[in-house]
Amino acid sequence: MSEHERPLSGPALRAKALESLLVEKGLVDPKALDELIDTYETKVGPRNGARIVARAWADPAYRKRLLEDATAAIAEFGFIGRQGEDMVVLENTRKVRNVVVCTLCSCYPWPVLGLPPVWYKSAPYRARTVIDPRGVLRELGSEVPEDVEVRVWDSTAELRYLVLPERPAGTEGWSEDELAEIVTRDAMIGVAQVKAPERSKR
Amino acid sequence: MNGVHDMGGMHGVGRVEIEKNEPVFHSEWEARVHALNLACGFHRRWNIDMGRHSRERIPPAEYLAATYYEKWLRGLEMLLVEQGLVTAKELQTGRAESKASGVSALRVPEVATFLRNRRHARLDENVPPKFKPGDRVLTHNDHPIGHTRLPRYARGKRGVIDRDHGVFVFADTHAMTRDKKPQHCYSVRFAARELWGASASARDSVYVDLWDDHLDPA
Repeated sequence: MSEHERPLSGPALRAKALESLLVEKGLVDPKALDELIDTYETKVGPRNGARIVARAWADPAYRKRLLEDATAAIAEFGFIGRQGEDMVVLENTRKVRNVVVCTLCSCYPWPVLGLPPVWYKSAPYRARTVIDPRGVLRELGSEVPEDVEVRVWDSTAELRYLVLPERPAGTEGWSEDELAEIVTRDAMIGVAQVKAPERSKR
Repeated sequence: MNGVHDMGGMHGVGRVEIEKNEPVFHSEWEARVHALNLACGFHRRWNIDMGRHSRERIPPAEYLAATYYEKWLRGLEMLLVEQGLVTAKELQTGRAESKASGVSALRVPEVATFLRNRRHARLDENVPPKFKPGDRVLTHNDHPIGHTRLPRYARGKRGVIDRDHGVFVFADTHAMTRDKKPQHCYSVRFAARELWGASASARDSVYVDLWDDHLDPA
């Protein structure tokens, strides 16, 4: 879909005017903008985080390194850089569910999850997750039993959080690639749990 | 600042709606705005905390009505003018009055390195921590007119240091005067009931990343 085929309005028009101005002034190179966009559309995204989780599930030594020094363990995959400079991994267990939010803006671990989805940046999620995490999780179809503790992490500094979900039953013996396929973005934010597919692939 | 950006605990904002198979960008202009922000950041005229503070200064009604990338566009326009990369007149007319001097734009071969380079919010300075894990703390009940990373819902509250992240740039001063004021940043654990009262679950807690300057011993 090309924006050029339709008349631009509102922010689209303003963005275009600003880009033209900045190019004319020599402050930005439009080809570099294309390259930046391509990076975030094709090179980073939740598939990166899924590989981390799968490795942690499959390899106890990696899991240990990841929980002790997440930044270094994630860098083993080459997932470093902007908005992932200092990482913390939060381990879910049968008794603890972790949920990540940013109430003040929309901080999110770009190198491992890509750019944040609209709901994560929305007022309802930013406002409600700290005051009513159980309500938000119930609404998203991930009700938390009364005897399970909920820990909400508000990303107010330059630490970026990734949830290590519980490995679902029925995935014993799966390869890392197979495990990575079932790990979802929402589980790594903490608003969902990972489920094994009804019909095992093996 | 006590702005509408400080949303934690607000009521009446509606349901959280997850879009299935959401694209990275919903239209071409959103992608351009994202890239423009990064490419303009390359000139190092402002830091990330000044960037956040620009968006916080969008008037409340406009902030609430704007989408994420509309806020990023608005914040970028503010910073470009305030930091002298474009003039207010240029922004208004869309026409350059002069070429920017002494700057070179981010080029394609530099993009990968630019994105991977660390931005050094973590500092090497040897600053002793004021607290250690397990210490009880009381957060300041401050209402600065400028940028702060201490949300309103966590002011004047009692918590426990969960972990010490090390020495970091202090965002509150970095946004206002570029003073990095190196100090320890911690995850502070607050019982949900300390923040929200008896209706919250006795089991649950909220962790907030805060700096030495936000905390007193309790």
